[in-house]
Amino acid sequence: MLKWFRKKSQEPPSEETRTEVGEAQAVQAESDSSAEQTQEAQGGFFARLRDRLAKSRERLADQVDRVVLGKKHIDATLLDDLEEVLITADLGVQTTRILLDHVAERVKRRELQDPAKLREALRDEIQAILSVDAPPFDPSRAKPFVIMIIGVNGVGKTTTIGKLAYLIRRSGLSPMLVAGDTFRAAAVEQLERWADRIGVPIIRQQSGADPSAVVFDALDAALARQVDVVLIDTAGRMHTKVNLMEELKKVHRVIQRKMPEAPHEVLLVLDATTGQNAMSQARLFQEALGITGLILTKLDGTAKGGVIVPICHELKLPVRFIGIGEGMDDLRPFDAGEFARAVL
Amino acid sequence: MFDSLSSKLQKVFRHLKGYGKLTEQNIQDALREVRLALLEADVHYKVAKDFVKTVAERAVGQEVMRSLTPGQQVIKIVNESLTELMGGTAASLDLSGKPPQVLLLVGLQGSGKTTTAGKLAHHLGKNGRKPCLIPADVYRPAAIDQLITLGSQIHVPVYPASSQDKPEDIAAAAVPFARENQCDVILVDTAGRLHIDTELMDELKRLKGILLPKEILLVADAMTGQDAVQVAGAFHEALQLTGVILTKLDGDARGGAALSIKAVTGCPIKFVGVGEKLDALEVFHPDRMSSRILGMGDVLTIIEKAQEVFEEEEALDLARKFREDAFTLEDFRRQLRQMKKLGSLESILKMLPGMGMLKELKKMQIDEKALVRTEAIINSMTKEERRDASIINASRKRRIAMGSGTSVQEVNQLLRSYQDARRMMRQMMGGGAKPGKKAKKKKVKAFFPF
Ligand SMILES: Nc1nc2c(ncn2[C@@H]2O[C@H](COP(=O)(O)OP(=O)(O)OP(=O)(O)O)[C@@H](O)[C@H]2O)c(=O)[nH]1
Ligand SMILES: Nc1nc2c(ncn2[C@@H]2O[C@H](COP(=O)(O)OP(=O)(O)OP(=O)(O)O)[C@@H](O)[C@H]2O)c(=O)[nH]1
Ligand SMILES: [Mg+2]
Ligand SMILES: [Mg+2]
Repeated sequence: MLKWFRKKSQEPPSEETRTEVGEAQAVQAESDSSAEQTQEAQGGFFARLRDRLAKSRERLADQVDRVVLGKKHIDATLLDDLEEVLITADLGVQTTRILLDHVAERVKRRELQDPAKLREALRDEIQAILSVDAPPFDPSRAKPFVIMIIGVNGVGKTTTIGKLAYLIRRSGLSPMLVAGDTFRAAAVEQLERWADRIGVPIIRQQSGADPSAVVFDALDAALARQVDVVLIDTAGRMHTKVNLMEELKKVHRVIQRKMPEAPHEVLLVLDATTGQNAMSQARLFQEALGITGLILTKLDGTAKGGVIVPICHELKLPVRFIGIGEGMDDLRPFDAGEFARAVL
Repeated sequence: MFDSLSSKLQKVFRHLKGYGKLTEQNIQDALREVRLALLEADVHYKVAKDFVKTVAERAVGQEVMRSLTPGQQVIKIVNESLTELMGGTAASLDLSGKPPQVLLLVGLQGSGKTTTAGKLAHHLGKNGRKPCLIPADVYRPAAIDQLITLGSQIHVPVYPASSQDKPEDIAAAAVPFARENQCDVILVDTAGRLHIDTELMDELKRLKGILLPKEILLVADAMTGQDAVQVAGAFHEALQLTGVILTKLDGDARGGAALSIKAVTGCPIKFVGVGEKLDALEVFHPDRMSSRILGMGDVLTIIEKAQEVFEEEEALDLARKFREDAFTLEDFRRQLRQMKKLGSLESILKMLPGMGMLKELKKMQIDEKALVRTEAIINSMTKEERRDASIINASRKRRIAMGSGTSVQEVNQLLRSYQDARRMMRQMMGGGAKPGKKAKKKKVKAFFPF
């Protein structure tokens, strides 16, 4: 049975992971059974996510329930309570106000009178915002399919690459990792462990190398080896640092020059624990590179990641995946409806 | 975004005639804006609510100081309360007692523990201590390698743990390792973990029991949102934290989490991380954090930087003028003259948060030749014109151009860059009105928002 909220497992001993063939088969076997379960477990995950929410928020939600049930009409106190729920989920002042104004107006127009329907209405609005029109994530539509993973420091880029590579492998495609973070201490080694763990090739140079050069060589290697998907890790960087953003643009240009259609996906990783600053991150990374989608990590904690609502609203970016743990199978496709229900 | 609070307060107090007492009524609206500003800065919902209540109690009945507008007065009270709440003055590490002392770093995944361990080791080493590093994270891939790499960069011994070891065994080996290497401070890096992961929180309790740390420091990301309250609360409850280190303040996060964390733990914030490099660690200044959360810019840092060149009085005067928007063409000229010594205006303004402004800054760069012509233009103005640029009409412009041997276009250009500078100062300092509207007004100070 899959453990959705897995405990940290000790890093597997490296001798074990290097016995490629046996290991690879084992992974394959495991993935077959997990693929069957994905469908059923999908709903289970959010149910469980809700279960694991901090007690205070449970209380908050109950409060809303109580207020809603006890009321005949939608009034200011009720809207205040909802404000608290939305703000504490990191939706931000402005979005919260827009959402609540919207329902208040519907109440005025008498479209919405039953307090019990209020929560449903809000969920629908959130779901609508998050259901951004975008082409599906489809790594089989080009070969090699080049994915660039970007974001600020420590959000989970490298880990997400490991998980994504595992997912892609399970779907039958062959991924290759590129150690484009040559700056942070042991970043290359970290990605290497992931490559070992899931049994996929990695292209790396020594720490301190020019990331553009690493990527350039990696694309050659990808073509020569005929891999299906290239996953490029990049160093975490503050979106406000002009020189580091320029470095990232250069990597992007190198990819484009090599393959005019690439990168096929530029995915911005956001940490669900982050508050309103994620907005600024999304704006500036979007401005610098053009993002094709978002990945929201660390949703297995108590943070709701509500800031993606204003981000999706403003930038019209699809959320591709969510991260729900540190294990290799802790990556899930995003579901707007489930997300809305986890918020309120 | 950054000027919104002050400009909103300006609106709130628009109808208040003259100066007088702050009443419950006129404060209500102002504090609503303060609350929203705090929420925008990621201060927790409940913390913001409580805080505003406290400020209201403190503010009602207060006499508005002669030199301040009601908006300024409210900001002053808010700023003071916020600073007080965050600790008043800077707090330092407690390393008293018999060495070796143990510092334990804990926190969520990716908050910056390992990097901060390296930074602290570097900091302590510079201050005459002999630190060593203990990697007790056996879970994250290459976490031990990471700490070993950092240690070698700063020549600090790192205990050679293996990811097969148990964290408890690594902890037990810490003190003997320190003794062996003649170290007097032990910095223990732990794995990132969720505050709701009871198994791993229990592991931390066990590590605490083994290490008996002098300080248990929560390493928290300055970008954290509303969740900061839950995280800090849970870590504090499990471990009785002694302090907090706030990382990644080099970005543009307003950092309201600082207030939330302080409010739930009561622990002082001891350091802030301002970059990825090992020297990017600074002592926490509650007053600066306060103005950052309120979005008022780091006025203090500007003053500090300016002091390196200006006489202190002159620097204070300039900062005051920026703040009060009493920045005249005379000051502008004085500033141009200082420019070479001071580094560019840009470098001063870069110290302010909200660097979305950077594009604007580019427009303002001034070259040497232009400097000479600019000075000539200002020299050709009358005193009155220098003090109040709004009186410079078309015929005055012609006279000034003739007098300085330049053209009316150049005079216009100068006036524009002066207005730009003023507008930017105002925005940086938290003002808000559009420049167009401003130029019409006679008394500069009267329309400055706070
Ligand atoms: N609980 C949880 N932890 C995660 C998740 N994703 C990543 N992490 C952890 O977050 C920490 C940082 O992850 P990394 O993958 O190193 O982050 P990064 O963005 O590559 O970091 P830098 O390269 O240093 O900028 C690690 O401890 C990961 O195990 C997730 O979905 N849930
Ligand atoms: N810009 C900036 N980056 C920082 C700062 N402190 C740490 N980082 C970066 O944040 C990322 C995560 O830092 P780590 O030290 O690996 O974080 P950690 O808490 O040890 O992570 P885990 O062990 O996975 O839980 C790295 O890319 C660091 O370089 C800071 O003050 N500013
Ligand atoms: Mg990484
Ligand atoms: Mg670490």
